[in-house]
Amino acid sequence: MLLSYLKIAWKVLMRRKFFTFINLFGVSFTLMILLVVMAMFDQLTGNHAPEKRNDRMLFISRITEKMRGEDGWMMNPVSSYFTDTYVRPMHTPALVGLTSIVSNATAFTSNKLLPLDVRYTDGNFWQIMEFDFRSGRGLTGAEVKQAAPVCVLNEATALTYFGTTTDVVGREIEIDLKRYRVAGVVANVAAAHLFSYADVWLPCTLSKDYGGAGRLEGSFIPILLAPSAGQVQAVRDEYQQVMARVPISDPKHITNLYSNADPIMASISRELMPMKHGLDGDGLAQFYLICTALALLFMLLPALNLVNLNVTRILERSAEIGVRKAFGATGTHLVSQFLVENVVLAVVGGLLGLGLAAGALALVNESHVLAYANFALSGSVFGWALVLALAFGLMSGVYPAWKMSRLNPVAALRGSGEQK
Amino acid sequence: MENLLANSSEPRTQPVALHGAVLRLTDIEKVYQTKTIETVALNRVNLTINRGEFVSIMGPSGCGKSTLLSLMGLLDEPTSGVIEVDGRAVTSFSDRELAGLRNLKIGFVFQSYHLINDLSVVDNVEVPLLYRPGMGSKERRKRAVDALDKVGLSARTGHFPSQLSGGQRQRVAIARALAGGPEIILADEPTGNLDSVMGEEIMGLLLDLNRQEGVTVVMVTHDEHQALKTERVIRFFDGSQVG
Ligand SMILES: Nc1ncnc2c1ncn2[C@@H]1O[C@H](COP(=O)(O)OP(=O)(O)O)[C@@H](O)[C@H]1O
Ligand SMILES: [Mg+2]
Repeated sequence: MLLSYLKIAWKVLMRRKFFTFINLFGVSFTLMILLVVMAMFDQLTGNHAPEKRNDRMLFISRITEKMRGEDGWMMNPVSSYFTDTYVRPMHTPALVGLTSIVSNATAFTSNKLLPLDVRYTDGNFWQIMEFDFRSGRGLTGAEVKQAAPVCVLNEATALTYFGTTTDVVGREIEIDLKRYRVAGVVANVAAAHLFSYADVWLPCTLSKDYGGAGRLEGSFIPILLAPSAGQVQAVRDEYQQVMARVPISDPKHITNLYSNADPIMASISRELMPMKHGLDGDGLAQFYLICTALALLFMLLPALNLVNLNVTRILERSAEIGVRKAFGATGTHLVSQFLVENVVLAVVGGLLGLGLAAGALALVNESHVLAYANFALSGSVFGWALVLALAFGLMSGVYPAWKMSRLNPVAALRGSGEQK
Repeated sequence: MENLLANSSEPRTQPVALHGAVLRLTDIEKVYQTKTIETVALNRVNLTINRGEFVSIMGPSGCGKSTLLSLMGLLDEPTSGVIEVDGRAVTSFSDRELAGLRNLKIGFVFQSYHLINDLSVVDNVEVPLLYRPGMGSKERRKRAVDALDKVGLSARTGHFPSQLSGGQRQRVAIARALAGGPEIILADEPTGNLDSVMGEEIMGLLLDLNRQEGVTVVMVTHDEHQALKTERVIRFFDGSQVG
C-alpha cells in the first residue's frame, strides 16, 4: 500500500510541476537556513577535532565578583594561581588542563608582517585536546614547566612563515622578537572552537600573566576532563564545593564570588541568556527552548503557506476525492495518501535544502569571514535535515489531509468543498 | 480477452438469470436542508433492483435522479427509510463499512467521467483495486488491463485523460467501474456529455456488460431511445416515482 501511495505521490508531483516547484522552494529554502545554523552549532559543540571529547570537557571560562553596594559586577578569566591552588587539586576530573584566552602577536617573514593569534597552554591541554598533527607533537608538561621556548603552529602559519609545512619541526620562528623552536604543526583549527583555536600555541609559563600569586583573576581558562560523560555532573558539583571555600581577598569591596565549570553548551548559554549574569543557572534548558521555538516559528510561516497551498490544492482535487471515496477509499486511505504525498514533497525539499546548505557553507568557508572555517554537514545534521523535512511534511499536511478526508463524496463530486 | 465493443452487433446470448434483490429501497426520503429552503429531493421512494437487471431511470432535471443514485451507491444517507444491499440493511453501517461495500459491490459511471487527470488511463482504472485489502500491484495491473480490454482501450493504457476523446474517457470510466468486479454499475447520465454516435457506443457497451457479464446496471438517462433498450424504465417526477 505504501509503495502504491509513493508511486501515486510521485506521479502527481511530476504532473503538477508548478505547485511542486513552489512547494519545494519554500521547504528547501527554509531547511537550508536551519541546516546552516545547525552545522555551525554542530561545529561549535560537537565532538570534532581538536575537541573530540567535548562531551567530557568542562570549561571554567570566568570568575564573577559581586561588588559591595550598587549593582556592580566584575567578570574575568581566572589566574594560573587560582588554577593551581583550587582547580588542579580537585578529585573528580581525570585531567585538568589550562589555556589562556587568545592574544595577538606578530611574526615577520622576509617581506611582510604576519599577525598571529596566540594561545598559552599547559601540557595537559595537549592531552585533553586531540589535534590533527601534520608533523611533530604538542607541548609537554616538562617543556611547560621549564618555560622552554617551544611552540606549535597551525598549517597556515607554518606555510606562510616557512613557505612549507614539511620539515618545519625543529626550525625556529620569531614572534614578537622572541625565538621559538617548532615542536609540531597541526591542521588549521576553526575559530568556532572557542577554547582551542589559535595560530600559535606557546607554553603558559611564557605568558606575562602567568603566576599572579594571590590574585584570582587572570587570563586563563581551566579545562577539566571528566573520566566519563556520566561524571560531568560530579565534576561540576565538586567545583561548586571548591568555590564555596575560595576566600574573598577584598571583603571591603567584594561580597560574593561565583564561578562555574560548564560543558561547552552551558558555557555558551550562560553567556547568551539574560540570566542575571548567569548566576541563576546556566540557562541551558531555556536556551534550547528558545532555539527550538525560534526554529519552529521560522518553519511555521512556510508551513502555513504550504497548508494554504494544500487546502487550495485539495479543493481543486475535490472531484478526485469524491471519486476515490465512491470507489471505496476510507478517510484513513485518503489521509495516508495525502500525507505520503506531502512527506515525499518535503523530503525531496529536504534533500534540496541539504544541497543548498552544503553550497552555502562552502561559500562561508571560502569567504574567510571566519578564520579557518570548515563548516560541514555531518551525519547528525543530515539526520536532522530528514527529521525537519518530515516534521515539515506532517505540519503542513495533517490539517489539509484531515479536512480532505471529511469531504462529503457527493458534494466533492459536484466540485464544491461542502463538509459532511 | 473478448472485446465487447467489437461484437456488440452480434446476436446476444441471454445472461444466466440470477434472481433476488441486489438493492432494495424502502420508504426512502431525502430532504436537503439549506439555510433558506428545504428541498424534498426524494419522497417515499420504494424500489427494488434485481440481480442481472438493466434498469433505466428517467425524469426531468431536478426530479431527484442523481440523489437516488447516490443513495443507491451508499455515497449519502437518506433522511429516512431503509436501504438494503444483498438483503442487509446498511442503516447502522459505519463509514468504513460503507466504503468497503462500495468497493466490493458498486461501480460508478458519471456524466462528466471524473477521471483523475494526474493519473494515466491504467492508473485510473486501478483506483478501486487500490482499496482492496491485500491486493498486490501485479494483480491490480492485470485486472485493470483486462477491464480496459473489455472496453476496447487496452492500447491506451499509458495515455492521460486529457489525451482522449469524450467517448474514450467514458470508456475508461466504465473500465474503472468494472475493474473491481462489482455486482452493480450505477451510471448517472453516462452519455449526457457525448454526441449521439459516441452515446450509442457507450450504451452498447453497457448493454453488453449486462448481457454477457451479468452485471446489474442502473442508468439515469434523458434518452427515450436508450431507455427502450433496457428491461425496465422507472420514471420520476418531483421526487416521486410515477411509473
Ligand atoms: N446538496 C444539495 N443541497 C440542496 N439541494 C440539493 C442538493 N443536491 C440536490 N439538491 C436538490 O435536490 C433536487 C434533486 O436534485 P438531483 O437529484 O440532482 O436531480 P436530477 O439528478 O434529477 O437532476 C433538486 O431540486 C436539487 O436542487
Ligand atoms: Mg442529475
